[in-house]
Amino acid sequence: MKIAVLKGGSSLERGVSLRSAARVEDALAELGHQAAGIDVGQDLVSRLRAEQPDVVFVALHGPGGEDGTVQELLEILGVPYTGPGVAACALCMDKVAAKHEMRAAGLPTPDWAAFNATAFRELGAADTLEEIESRLGFPLVVKPASQGSSLGVEFASTRDRVPEALVAAFSYDDRVLLERYVRGRELAVSVLDGEPLPVVEAIPREEDFFNFEARYEIGRTEYTCPADLPADGTKRVQEIATRTYETLGCSGFARVDLILGDDGPEVLEVNAIPGLTDTSLFPMAAEAAGIEFAQLVERILFSARERPGSESTLRRQAGPLPAGP
Amino acid sequence: MSESGRQPDRAAGRQGAPRRRRPHSTSRDLERYADLFAKRTQVMRSSAMRDLMAITARPEVISLAGGLPDTSTFPADSFAAQMTRIAQESSAEALQYGPTEGFEETKACIVEVMEAEGMAPDPEDLIVTTGGQQAIDLITKTLVDPGDPVICEAPTYPGALPTFCSYEADIHQVGTDEDGMRIDELEEQLGALARAGRRPKFIYSVPSFQNPAGVTLSEERRRRLVELAREHEVVVVEDNPYGLLRYDGDPQPTLYSLDGGDYVLYLGTFSKILSPGIRIGWVAAPPPVLEKIGLGKQAADLCTSTLTQYFVREYFGEGRWREYVDDLVGIYRERRDLMLHALERHFPEQAQWTRPEGGLFVWATLPDYIDTTDLLAKALREEVAFVPGRAAYVDGRGAASMRLNFSASPEEELREGVRRIGSVVSEQVALYETITREHVQAPSEDDRGGGADVVPMPKRE
Repeated sequence: MKIAVLKGGSSLERGVSLRSAARVEDALAELGHQAAGIDVGQDLVSRLRAEQPDVVFVALHGPGGEDGTVQELLEILGVPYTGPGVAACALCMDKVAAKHEMRAAGLPTPDWAAFNATAFRELGAADTLEEIESRLGFPLVVKPASQGSSLGVEFASTRDRVPEALVAAFSYDDRVLLERYVRGRELAVSVLDGEPLPVVEAIPREEDFFNFEARYEIGRTEYTCPADLPADGTKRVQEIATRTYETLGCSGFARVDLILGDDGPEVLEVNAIPGLTDTSLFPMAAEAAGIEFAQLVERILFSARERPGSESTLRRQAGPLPAGP
Repeated sequence: MSESGRQPDRAAGRQGAPRRRRPHSTSRDLERYADLFAKRTQVMRSSAMRDLMAITARPEVISLAGGLPDTSTFPADSFAAQMTRIAQESSAEALQYGPTEGFEETKACIVEVMEAEGMAPDPEDLIVTTGGQQAIDLITKTLVDPGDPVICEAPTYPGALPTFCSYEADIHQVGTDEDGMRIDELEEQLGALARAGRRPKFIYSVPSFQNPAGVTLSEERRRRLVELAREHEVVVVEDNPYGLLRYDGDPQPTLYSLDGGDYVLYLGTFSKILSPGIRIGWVAAPPPVLEKIGLGKQAADLCTSTLTQYFVREYFGEGRWREYVDDLVGIYRERRDLMLHALERHFPEQAQWTRPEGGLFVWATLPDYIDTTDLLAKALREEVAFVPGRAAYVDGRGAASMRLNFSASPEEELREGVRRIGSVVSEQVALYETITREHVQAPSEDDRGGGADVVPMPKRE
């Protein structure tokens, strides 16, 4: 099959995306497919028309590629693509909307309050900060609403640190949320085709706990998979992750990040298109389940589907879709 | 920060051609590598900033982040003629290995350049290196054992820090003001180290039109620095890539000329007066030091490119190199003036910046509640880039500053780039003021806790 791998783009996670895509392209070649990498830009549609792929593998991360924009375009072109559809992408990328959905479905997620910059500029939102702070307590976490990576995520230990944390978060997005900080174990559950894979736990070194840049480096954070949890604990975490995946309408694959605090697991966010680099957690979890990277890519590929009611305008005659495993 | 901010996207360049890469590694392989990595690799630049910088290379971004000279001003026909002459007259030699210390002819050109700045080195005291960057690397390799103290300016050349770190130097940064390195702080630092029974292996300084701060060490401080080096028997590494690019004011004597070459090791380069692409720099040092540096160079790359050394020889043979430097000075002076003017016009009153008399950079500092690494993300949405100040420090300082380059962009881009950055800065200043006006900062006892109160939170790819 001919597969176009979409990568790069202009999001802040461009670098991660290029690394994910390089691995995917290798795996596709290994599987005997013809892979064509496309760095997403102005010429995306013309490139797709020229390549005429049977399936598009979306290896984009962050706004633009993970928020439904590219998916919308692929639906218009009627070409099958991997990962979640437009609505799920948009929901996962918007942390605030995702938290509302989770709450409505009875899924645990830390308390929060969300603002856009206009609320501060025009509606006097600053007046409410004191109430929010006393409701959420300190320390609290300030995050841009729609970044996939950790960029702009700040930890404010005291109230006089909140304004600059807000200014930092507003550098990444026009909307930010303040979230209750939950101390606990950091877990990630990868979900493949609706089935949870073994749980990964990130155990940062003590001195790196608040140093995200150090933790980003290979070898600085220790990951264990499967995480050392009692059987019922694992089951509970996986169940919450799977329900979150379903609630947000994910398909193909996704990674659910949770924190296991004193009150049990709470969902922090869902990555609709998780990283597939050498150091990414999704491939690590797959491997723990006995799924080698190439197999993983193949399974994700098989989950690509023609979206209902669309017909490919790329090719005069759409080729047959691969059968599922 | 990479000085090659405008490399074409290598991935894009490969498109279409069938690629042969070794099979992918599994995550288990990666863990195996993690144990293999040397300790020094842990100090390499963070991925967060690397990911941000990856975007600055996109063609639609106006990048004031590079440190590039404008090579478009070099006459292409003269380049062609020189290379043709080399091919016709010295093909075999130019394609061959050369001596580790460089050709005598190259050294003669170096002597000319150093004489233009009032120095008179003995060619025996020179070694030709693969750019100034290799000179920094070789000197550090020659002098520094793991844990040895090294002193540099705060902020310092961002490209020197990874080099110092990779030899596991213990880096101490001494503050700067508009007259360059604060010598009083340097004395304190030397005193504190001496009391602890330690002596820095060297003091690294870019005394003229410093990268990144754009400031120049005053003559008085230059004399004092050289004295201190003698008193404490400490080596000064003078990195002087921009000395000839002076746009106003009087030339300052180099540390090397003040000292006579005893305690000062001098680093020069053709990168900013001819071309960074030819990768030719040099070190002037006393023979015993030079000998060790030569051994280090043999281990690193045997010799500097013979082909480009031939080019330098041909180019200097035409005798017009000073004219070209004068042309560059004219072009860069206009761009500097334009940038300073644009800063006045577009940056809010809360911002400050340096007014360099030469070189390639302006250093701007914003109110301390703005972190320029975060601000870069916002700037990139407006398709403009700069270097966040943190890159010039090892200790997390510099968060509110940024380095702006004025040499590499044509006028219209320069003006528009500064306008866009000014607009994102103004937005953040206004936002902060809106938030804090109602958000009274009443410090409680709890506020007196540990230092790093606002820290980025971890997250995984």
